[in-house]
Amino acid sequence: MANVLIRFSYLTKNQIGALGPISCSHVQHYSSPPPGTPPPQTKTKFGPLADQDRIFTNLYGKHDWRLKGALKRGDWYKTKEIICKGADWIINEIKVSGLRGRGGAGFPSGMKWSFMVKPDDGRPKYLVINADEGEPGTCKDRDIMRHDPHKLVEGCLLAGSAMGAKAAYIYIRGEFYNEASNMQVAIAEAYQAGLLGKNACGSGYDFDVFMHRGAGAYICGEETALIESLEGKQGKPRLKPPFPADVGVFGCPTTVTNVETVAVAPTILRRGGAWFASFGRTRNSGTKLFNISGHIVNPCTVEEEMSIPLRELIDMHAGGVTGGWDNLLAIIPGGSSTPLIPKSVCDDAIMDFDGLVACQTSLGTAAIIVMNKQTDIVKAIARLIMFYKHESCGQCTPCREGISWMNKMMYRFVDGNARPDEIDMLWELSKQIEGHTICALGDGAAWPVQGLIRHFRPELEMRMQKFHQQNQQKMTN
Amino acid sequence: MLRLTVQKALNGVLLNPKHLGPVLSKGAADVAKKPAQIEVFIDDKPVLVDPGTTVLQAAALVGVEIPRFCYHERLAVAGNCRMCLVEVEKSPKPVAACAMPVMKGWRIKTNSEMTKRAREGVMEFLLVNHPLDCPICDQGGECDLQDQSMAFGSDRSRFTDIDFSGKRAVEDKDIGPLIKTIMTRCIHCTRCIRFASEVAGIDDLGTTGRGSDMQVGTYVEKFFLSELSGNVIDLCPVGALTSKPYSFTARPWELRRTDSIDVLDAVGSNIVVCTRTGEVQRILPRTNEEVNEEWLSDKSRFAYDGLKRQRLVTPMFKCDGQLRPVDWETALIGVGNEIKRAGSDVAAIAGGMADAEALVALKDLFNKLGSEHLYTESPFPVNGSGTDLRSRYLLNNGIAPAEEADVVLFIGTNARLEAPLLNARVRKGYIHNETEIGVIGPCVDLRYEYTHIGEDPSCIKDLECGNSPFAQKLKAAKKPLIIVGQDALSRPDSSGVLLAAQTLSALLQKNLQDPHWKVLNILHKVAGQVAALDIGYVPGYEKVKDNSQLKVAYLLGADESINRSCFPLDCFIIYQGHHGDCGAAMADAILPGAAYTEKQATYVNTEGRTQQTLVAVSPPGLSREDWKIIRALSEFVGERLPYDNLDQIRCRLDEIAPHLTRYGNVENANYFAQALQLSQKESAAINTKPIDVSQRSLEDFYMTDVISRASATMAKCVNAYKTQQSSKY
Repeated sequence: MANVLIRFSYLTKNQIGALGPISCSHVQHYSSPPPGTPPPQTKTKFGPLADQDRIFTNLYGKHDWRLKGALKRGDWYKTKEIICKGADWIINEIKVSGLRGRGGAGFPSGMKWSFMVKPDDGRPKYLVINADEGEPGTCKDRDIMRHDPHKLVEGCLLAGSAMGAKAAYIYIRGEFYNEASNMQVAIAEAYQAGLLGKNACGSGYDFDVFMHRGAGAYICGEETALIESLEGKQGKPRLKPPFPADVGVFGCPTTVTNVETVAVAPTILRRGGAWFASFGRTRNSGTKLFNISGHIVNPCTVEEEMSIPLRELIDMHAGGVTGGWDNLLAIIPGGSSTPLIPKSVCDDAIMDFDGLVACQTSLGTAAIIVMNKQTDIVKAIARLIMFYKHESCGQCTPCREGISWMNKMMYRFVDGNARPDEIDMLWELSKQIEGHTICALGDGAAWPVQGLIRHFRPELEMRMQKFHQQNQQKMTN
Repeated sequence: MLRLTVQKALNGVLLNPKHLGPVLSKGAADVAKKPAQIEVFIDDKPVLVDPGTTVLQAAALVGVEIPRFCYHERLAVAGNCRMCLVEVEKSPKPVAACAMPVMKGWRIKTNSEMTKRAREGVMEFLLVNHPLDCPICDQGGECDLQDQSMAFGSDRSRFTDIDFSGKRAVEDKDIGPLIKTIMTRCIHCTRCIRFASEVAGIDDLGTTGRGSDMQVGTYVEKFFLSELSGNVIDLCPVGALTSKPYSFTARPWELRRTDSIDVLDAVGSNIVVCTRTGEVQRILPRTNEEVNEEWLSDKSRFAYDGLKRQRLVTPMFKCDGQLRPVDWETALIGVGNEIKRAGSDVAAIAGGMADAEALVALKDLFNKLGSEHLYTESPFPVNGSGTDLRSRYLLNNGIAPAEEADVVLFIGTNARLEAPLLNARVRKGYIHNETEIGVIGPCVDLRYEYTHIGEDPSCIKDLECGNSPFAQKLKAAKKPLIIVGQDALSRPDSSGVLLAAQTLSALLQKNLQDPHWKVLNILHKVAGQVAALDIGYVPGYEKVKDNSQLKVAYLLGADESINRSCFPLDCFIIYQGHHGDCGAAMADAILPGAAYTEKQATYVNTEGRTQQTLVAVSPPGLSREDWKIIRALSEFVGERLPYDNLDQIRCRLDEIAPHLTRYGNVENANYFAQALQLSQKESAAINTKPIDVSQRSLEDFYMTDVISRASATMAKCVNAYKTQQSSKY
């Protein structure tokens, strides 16, 4: 990852040259780093987030989610002025905010949006919102779309205008019926109020937002599979390159972004990138929606500051682990595809991109699945692998064949019906899948297994021993 | 991570791996636009490649072959088998060599530890659910999976789950009488799907289901009916799609392979005839970029079982109104006497599969007898220069360049069925170059969209004078092609049709910049026609019908349209050929000849390319090579022909027309303007009767000549087509 970032910052230096004067006025007191760099973080303690710093003020649906309520909460405030500041200003502000994609991979958003700024070749550009939130444990986007849909609609317009996109497609998960219905109402309201469509918000910019409902395939959350699905084909990931920024929806340059990423953009642009960057550690800026589920007292979705310690997050918002922190077995910190971490690691884990990478796991979508000691951890992971097996598109070999093989082995491991050396074999299989597939689903299926083997190998061996002992007893009887 | 460098390397070129193939193949054409070559290192060997070259292609340039299953150079890149993963220095993950374009300075390691591990892993996954039925699999011995697992797979199995759950089993699909499916063996490379939708233009194949439940099939029960369907058998890297007629008949290592030429259409596809124990076991295509690439039409591939049925295996002579088997001597004496008695009142009609050697021998013999009555069974207009100028009856521009054409006009032909591989070329142009296609004649299904201009030949004149959108496109075209089919030239007004086509072609030819591009093209239906016209046979046998003096008619494999009433009642009919079809039924004497797999013979295809068949099996029974029969007969007639072996008769060919012995070459024809001038001297009217084609739908495609009519496989195909038509899908 570090390598990537180095290369990216090199690029920004070159590309931003022309917009130097604009961005300088905002970050002038940080003269040494190139424009578009977030201000350095001086805080050392992160969280809890103050109420006035919350972006999603109707996360729990206690207020009106429609346009009237949204306007009351400050949405659509001076949107025209923001658009009129120009694409360069918006992209730079997003860069300054240090916002990283909220869909799991954590790609710097300002960078991603800037890929779309290139000479016009006659093709329209599109913004695609990935609202196919299917990762087990993750439920942040649905809350946004259900209770704060105007944040997303406004975000589409702003992000779209920054990219020069002609339209935004919101690809929403088929199962999200209420969310899709609320989204559709919000879009219709925005059109009626003149906020979208021709001359959106009176800015002179024409922008359309369309919603497309998926049909319930997890793989359609992968950006290129989503594009294929949007085009009406089977949702099977495309090969990259070409990347969607070159050849995306209908062969046109496209950016696919997560709902949360786009929904936070209007607030960032209104309150300034530096404000957003003041939360969380450097390179992990901002606030984030955390979903906490599993063996906790109060499962919830909560907006918190990045870099908050995992234990504090759970204790403060979720009422703690069922049976107390000492009853904790393991946590999957970023949605089902990230490797689990056992309690010993959870004690000091910091909930941000770098903090979890240091724990050999990943922030993912920040969906925290808490498992206490009553969990059959092997069975839990086996169930996840079954999910990935079911959702594999079947296009490429390692994922199609490998995951169903892993699934078979995992279910034998649940009973202990295996030899200890098969644990190494399973590890190798997961390594044979990881990084060898077209999309990241293979990786996502391999990681939970790797996490399990990394931290619970004794448990696996114990089960096998027990199983064989019982078998022998049966034989002798 | 690679996005930036990709953009830099491509300099804004739109890169879609689906279009990589054509982009690369056309690289040579537009040298002016070509950006500088970039240097990459394959296993530390430097190689200069064009930007956009894939890792796999770059490796091929230095002779490193990267294993692959899904990649096929003539199909779009799918990148799904992951067998071609290779390590690239500084990249944390291996890259798919088939799809990844190389970047400047990349160091690709095709033999590193990471590469080997990746291949081993993919191979292991492919084998997890692949049945271990190689001993009963028809692909055994020529199976990519077998070969590559030997070369790149692990040396031991760790498939412990076999004790618990076993392997995946998939229901077989019935996709017709030609292709046998054993879907459990499928490795989901999707080559067949891509072939069907890209080359054959039939979107019937696809995948259903997800993950390990994914299946290749037709979704609803349906036959995969295409004139090119057999090619998916060759494309399938495993034994999932195998040949139904060939199933369980032979192993590849038992087969003797003979390079030969197909004669069931006028394309002259290159084939390999696989034989064992004196029988043709199967026919495979042989790569020839200029003719058939590596495809073969279903008729050419599967009609071989017709070579074993309905054969004439012994000479026969009519006694007491009945044909009786006789020995060669009796037959030749009898036939010789009849010919001697007839003097110069003899005529010969050559059928569609007659080879150049036999044609020359027969012509020499008859000329010696003082007869000039040598005709071909297929008609062709003889006005103007007749067939003296070759440019008037050849597919002048060639088969391969058809894919470069920007506007194609078909007149009176169903190219899809008359010359499937020419049609595949046109379709390739349609897909990649957006070729505009127009059709005059009946609305037939060509598997691509075209403008239907009209049904009758007056439309040709309208195109010349008119201002319809298609006429404008045609006139503005840089590489237009006019392809006139045999059916348009078998009409009473064929002279007028050809003249109209010639005139339109000449008009278009004037505006062309490329001096080598030839607009006028004639598409023949039968393999022997061009050689016969080259040698000097007169097309059509109308004159035979008028000739009441005729004493002896010699049918050299003429079978299609001839009947007894064409000849005077007392005319003695000699039939020389390999199949007992309508020609033999009305004959007074039968001289059994050899089929194309049984003789070394010369054929000239519709573009004027001379090619030869080789002897794969010996002729059955007493049948003999055709020219030898005529040579032997000449002694009994008393006009001995001066050649005793193949070399000598080929010297005679060389004397008549030197191009007939320049194998593999196309002898270009010329004098378009002169041919047009000569044609214009005679008035040739056209009538407004709609042009009909004899092969309208796939049903008409399978059985068109003596061999395919005798083929049970082809009969099954016709049946399958009918079944499909009555199916609700």
